[in-house]
Amino acid sequence: MSATTTGAARGTRRRGIPSLSSLSSGNLGSVLERNMRVIRNQNWVILVSGFFEPVLYLLAMGLGMGALVGSVTGPGGRPVEYAAYIAPALLATSAMNGAIYDSTWNVFFKLRLSKLYQSMLQTSLGPLDVALGEILMALFRGLLYALGFLGVIAVLGLVTSWWALLMVPAAVLIAFGFAALGMGVTSYLTTFQQMDLINFVLLPMFLFSATLYPIGVYPEWIQWLIMGMPLWHGVELMRQLSVGHFDGLTWVHSLYFVGMTVLGLALTTLRLRKLFLR
Amino acid sequence: MPGVISARGLRKTYGDVAAVDGIDFEVEAGESFGLLGPNGAGKSTTMRMIGGTLDRTGGELEVLGMDPGSERPQVRAHLGVVPQQDNLDEELRVRENLVMYGRYFGMSRSVLAAKADELLAFAQLEAKAREKVVNLSGGMKRRLTIARGLVNEPRILLLDEPTTGLDPQARHVLWDRLFRLKETGTTLVVTTHFMDEAEQLCDRLIVVDHGRIMAQGSPGQLIREHSTREVLELRFGSARNAAVVQQLKGVGERNEVLPDRILVYARDGEAALEEVAARGLHPVTSLVRRSSLEDVFLRLTGRSLID
Repeated sequence: MSATTTGAARGTRRRGIPSLSSLSSGNLGSVLERNMRVIRNQNWVILVSGFFEPVLYLLAMGLGMGALVGSVTGPGGRPVEYAAYIAPALLATSAMNGAIYDSTWNVFFKLRLSKLYQSMLQTSLGPLDVALGEILMALFRGLLYALGFLGVIAVLGLVTSWWALLMVPAAVLIAFGFAALGMGVTSYLTTFQQMDLINFVLLPMFLFSATLYPIGVYPEWIQWLIMGMPLWHGVELMRQLSVGHFDGLTWVHSLYFVGMTVLGLALTTLRLRKLFLR
Repeated sequence: MPGVISARGLRKTYGDVAAVDGIDFEVEAGESFGLLGPNGAGKSTTMRMIGGTLDRTGGELEVLGMDPGSERPQVRAHLGVVPQQDNLDEELRVRENLVMYGRYFGMSRSVLAAKADELLAFAQLEAKAREKVVNLSGGMKRRLTIARGLVNEPRILLLDEPTTGLDPQARHVLWDRLFRLKETGTTLVVTTHFMDEAEQLCDRLIVVDHGRIMAQGSPGQLIREHSTREVLELRFGSARNAAVVQQLKGVGERNEVLPDRILVYARDGEAALEEVAARGLHPVTSLVRRSSLEDVFLRLTGRSLID
């Protein structure tokens, strides 16, 4: 009887913070390698399919509406052309779209349909390896979209400062945050209907996060609501970097995404463990 | 020599429901060990606890001298797992599935290049190396899943319902592959609800029902202990079976009435059939066969394995 009791105590995992060795085998590289192989097998058209949406907005709103609007007040009170005002915001959206595409629908497929994570987690891989590998993959797509978009606005002459190069690492940060949280949230969703809710959240967030006009047009309580949303921070961060205007808020915006990344990664890791390694 | 797997009082409960309710068994190195039981008996749960992907609620469990509850990654590194449903990577091609799976274990590309070829040959899939996984037949997918489970040269291969859903020909091909594997000294742990599979593949097995062990031993031993050498199957038509059974008293050692037929357990089935005819009873069809694990299960639980 006493043997049974000690056995039970030894076998049952203690509650609390799990050890790093139980979460990771340090073999994150193999998860990335797998994803690179998949990209190589894939059609490049599929990889960049989500890239065009912000480009179309830029052309329609920036060049079309911009002709009516003329100049607006940019970061630090300097006047900027309307197209140059919305271009950084659309760049942030582009990074978000890339990250979300992979971390929601692709993750849903691998989680619920192809059982990829189940098979990965019956090897030496730990849940943190899988979570981070998949999030970095989504981030990669976000970066790819952002670089492409940056190229487009450079060609259109909407980049006015060398500071704008900082928008590349900013795009990585934004994509990281969205990818991590996107995957964490997706791990809770079990049906296609629930997956549709993601678009239901993303579209209004895109339209109202001061992307196409300043946040000042809203009543104050709505402003606070928007300032709680991640895209607004991405938009404002990009807008500041595009002209090289820095203030305390630059840090607030950046740290928002650092927090979002850490939260999303922890959430995803624990969810994968709960789902496949009970 | 100590067993490669040993379980004592192993339990898994979900709320009030006990999926595995205190089982004891030992698996010796190199043997083929079976868990036989109906769906929901707790076989897969036991497999997942051995495989280090499910925590046990109680009892002791040791796999290769390690505790799969607390030393999970180490245990998983030495096991091959073939789950009930294929979970091949459909975004990769056949050969890539083997190579990448080895990479997850941290194996080098050069080792895996040779390993993948060897395993493709073992699974008889050389011609399909560059094929997409979705284009494989059910039997081929299963063989690829088994080959994948062997990439890390596991000392124990866990097979959960390896031939469920396969046609008879594909099952025989698969059994042949598993025999070869056993000859190389790999320990096999197989769950199944097919009696013929258990008889074909397992040196020793436990019969499980409602999370408990009903009996254990070699297939032959179990049949000897819990059944007779032969079985006479009689069909009088579903309406008459129950009525006729009264008149069969004393024929064979005992009998069992199923909805569609009567089973008469006897050492000599033909003699029993003559006795039935001598009593003026004329079944619609009759069949004398060797006793099987199905009969053992029926004897132990009063139910057939597949309802």
